[in-house]
Amino acid sequence: MGRYVARRLLQMIPVFIGTTLLIFLMVNVLPGDPVRALWGDKPPDPAQMEAIRHQRGLDLPLWQQYLHYMKNLAVGDLGTNIGGRPVGDILSQAFPVTVRLALLAFGIEMILGIALGMLAGVRRGRVVDNLILVFTLLVISVPVFVLGYIVQTVFGLQLKWTEPTVQDATDITQLILPALVLGSLSLAYVARLTRTSIAENLRADYIRTAVAKGLPKSRIMTRHLLRNSLIPVVTFLGTDIGTLMGGAVVTEGIFNVPGVGNTLYDALARREGQVIVGTVTILVLVYLAASLIVDLLYAVLDPRIRYA
Amino acid sequence: MRGARSAKWVGGAIAIALAATACGGGDSGSDDKNRAIDKNGTFVYASGEPQNPLQPANTKEAYGSDVIHTLFTGLVDYTPGTGKLVNMNAESVTPSKDNKTWTVKLKPGWKFHNGEAVTAESYVKAWNWAAYTPNNQTNSSWFADIEGYTDVHPEKGKPKTDKMSGLKVKGANEFTITLTSGIPYYAYKLGYEVFSPLPSGFFKDPKGYGEKPVGNGPYKFASWDHKKSIKVTRYDGYQGPNKAKNGGVTFKNYASSEGAYKDLVSNNVDSMNQVPEGELANYQEDLGDRAINQDYSMIQTIAFARYTKQWKNIDVKVLQGLSMAIDRDTIIKTVLNNTREAATGWVAKDVIGYKAGACGEYCKFDAKKAKDLIKAGGGVPDNKVSIQYNADQPHKGWVTAVCNSIKQSTGVNCVGDPKTDFQADTQTRDAKKVKSMYRSGWVLDYPFNGNFLRDLYGTGVGGNQSGYSNKDFDKLTAKADKAQTTEQSAELYNEAEASLQNSFPSIPLWYGKLQTGASTNVTGVKFDQQAAPIFTEVQVYKK
Repeated sequence: MGRYVARRLLQMIPVFIGTTLLIFLMVNVLPGDPVRALWGDKPPDPAQMEAIRHQRGLDLPLWQQYLHYMKNLAVGDLGTNIGGRPVGDILSQAFPVTVRLALLAFGIEMILGIALGMLAGVRRGRVVDNLILVFTLLVISVPVFVLGYIVQTVFGLQLKWTEPTVQDATDITQLILPALVLGSLSLAYVARLTRTSIAENLRADYIRTAVAKGLPKSRIMTRHLLRNSLIPVVTFLGTDIGTLMGGAVVTEGIFNVPGVGNTLYDALARREGQVIVGTVTILVLVYLAASLIVDLLYAVLDPRIRYA
Repeated sequence: MRGARSAKWVGGAIAIALAATACGGGDSGSDDKNRAIDKNGTFVYASGEPQNPLQPANTKEAYGSDVIHTLFTGLVDYTPGTGKLVNMNAESVTPSKDNKTWTVKLKPGWKFHNGEAVTAESYVKAWNWAAYTPNNQTNSSWFADIEGYTDVHPEKGKPKTDKMSGLKVKGANEFTITLTSGIPYYAYKLGYEVFSPLPSGFFKDPKGYGEKPVGNGPYKFASWDHKKSIKVTRYDGYQGPNKAKNGGVTFKNYASSEGAYKDLVSNNVDSMNQVPEGELANYQEDLGDRAINQDYSMIQTIAFARYTKQWKNIDVKVLQGLSMAIDRDTIIKTVLNNTREAATGWVAKDVIGYKAGACGEYCKFDAKKAKDLIKAGGGVPDNKVSIQYNADQPHKGWVTAVCNSIKQSTGVNCVGDPKTDFQADTQTRDAKKVKSMYRSGWVLDYPFNGNFLRDLYGTGVGGNQSGYSNKDFDKLTAKADKAQTTEQSAELYNEAEASLQNSFPSIPLWYGKLQTGASTNVTGVKFDQQAAPIFTEVQVYKK
């Protein structure tokens, strides 16, 4: 087990270097120059442009810029944006907000998704099952931004239950609506995955054995049925943490949440390579960590899965 | 008395009629006059994260420059709507006979927010610092008229010195500006916030002062919570004529104008810069009498990339014909929801020297004449044109409409040439790789017609990206710059503008208008000619 974890952790290093390099290259392929953008639609000042470029090291060849970036990264320096603000500051402000939003969304999709899935699976073919199927189909087929605008207009502008945008991102209650929108798509998938898995396992031998042994129903449901049915769901949930954090771009935009999505969008619009690379790098790390946890969780759920 | 009474009855009848048809404004409107004003109330304005530290010479985009405008007051400013010059911190700004040397006298007793006196030194030092290349101020080229600028900001290589020879301190409250050549309207340029004074502490810690600016304006800096909000509060020691009528301004960060608009409708924010495209059709209905639709000094044009084979040796008749082929009024009505006004010349409205009709008949729609002109000019090479624009902003609709108009009236094939975003668009323009024509526009820097003419169409000037060059026009602008007074200069610039009919640097399309609104918490929300709110005039109701 220890060796397995160590190997997985070591694998993260090339992935990390590869992704940063790729993003670094991709940002540079984009047309548009962040220094030129400082002048907007007014004519730029070539001498000043050159001076700023030189100061920021943007006049060096790309490979030198990358090496320079990695060297600074090793000592924890993520560089600065074009305006001279440390990227570390920007990220340390944005990430907590998005983590909060993503965890809330994650909680909603996990609890609600598994509950709905169980309900549908156990009552397979009945009215409840059909209702849940229709509901999840609806959620899956409506794009996030459409759902976001609908929720915002209905609850924020017409019913006035909440404000249309988030006024204070530290207030969890204000984040519920965007979290619901953010987690809705995955919620539907979780429900459907759970349902299929449960429906399948209901007919398994060990359930029949458990019933024959006369075990109480609640024990059969939780210890036997749910635990064995959760493996595909957990896989999905694990990778979804990363998706939730990255996918917050749209939701954060609609509800004006000052998180990672917002930062990333802004940085892209302004072609601020250092901010983009920094943000995406951390997102990649979140992804890697989440998938490692998922793999380890398998063993907990199903003791037959062992790591050498 | 009688008139008043009958007016009341009419008013009553209208009110009943509105109530009957259920289209009354609801909670806003009639009872506003009875609401008490809170002198210390805060005006919340939808904004975004400034790209640069808050240094006066380093803010180009609206987010930063709106904040700078509340914190700093320069020598002069202009009256919105007329462009007339008003002295602010300056007692007087007087030119020499040849307009080459300008003597500035300051009003005594002005102080920075930290208590330091505003002196001639505060200006001269700030300008020298801003012009010096190693200080990396994006707006340094604004000092290019001053003698010695090339010493502190050479085109190539290291600067020789960090002081411009053209700036001389004559006393605590007096200094002179010597220009490389006389400019009759130079005082107008001084209204730009680049020319703000800076306190002595700034030069020791420009970065720190960029985070927590200390100015001399009607508001003092309170806090900057990055990507969330910037707060400024009223400075009670302010000596200028535009004292703040509210307690402060909160610049609230929005990722998108859609979010800001929703908050405006639900009163979470008091105003915003421009209603998003998708709401233009219904914003007047949503906001009722709180909707604002106001002129500002912007012009939208289509420029010809003169460096291309297509336009290099073109007969001007073809260009005039293309202009006449565009049905501006119909496009404004159908595609743009009446949010623009058809242009009749190359200078936007409300600036000194604006004159309607400079473009003559060539800005009027006449399909037959358009066709004839293009034919007489030898036709459009390849019989095909394209209009480059950036797709990240709502230009596609009108570009398509303009193209259809050209196609229908002249048979010349026309297509839109979208670039993914503004960055890609400017890059193509800077690199002189535009295929045929491109969307172009200009918001005033200072309210003088020369700003729309010489700074855009003069040979080799920074704003002239199309490669247009015309000797007659250059001669006329040079003459205008040699005039004795601003008025004479503006008149001579009128001649220069009229001459553009014969060389057609670009097709004028329409003048800008601003569509926005105010919440029910505030009154007196107005915008200036650069489409920035006049913060000091806003009054906040008691809650």
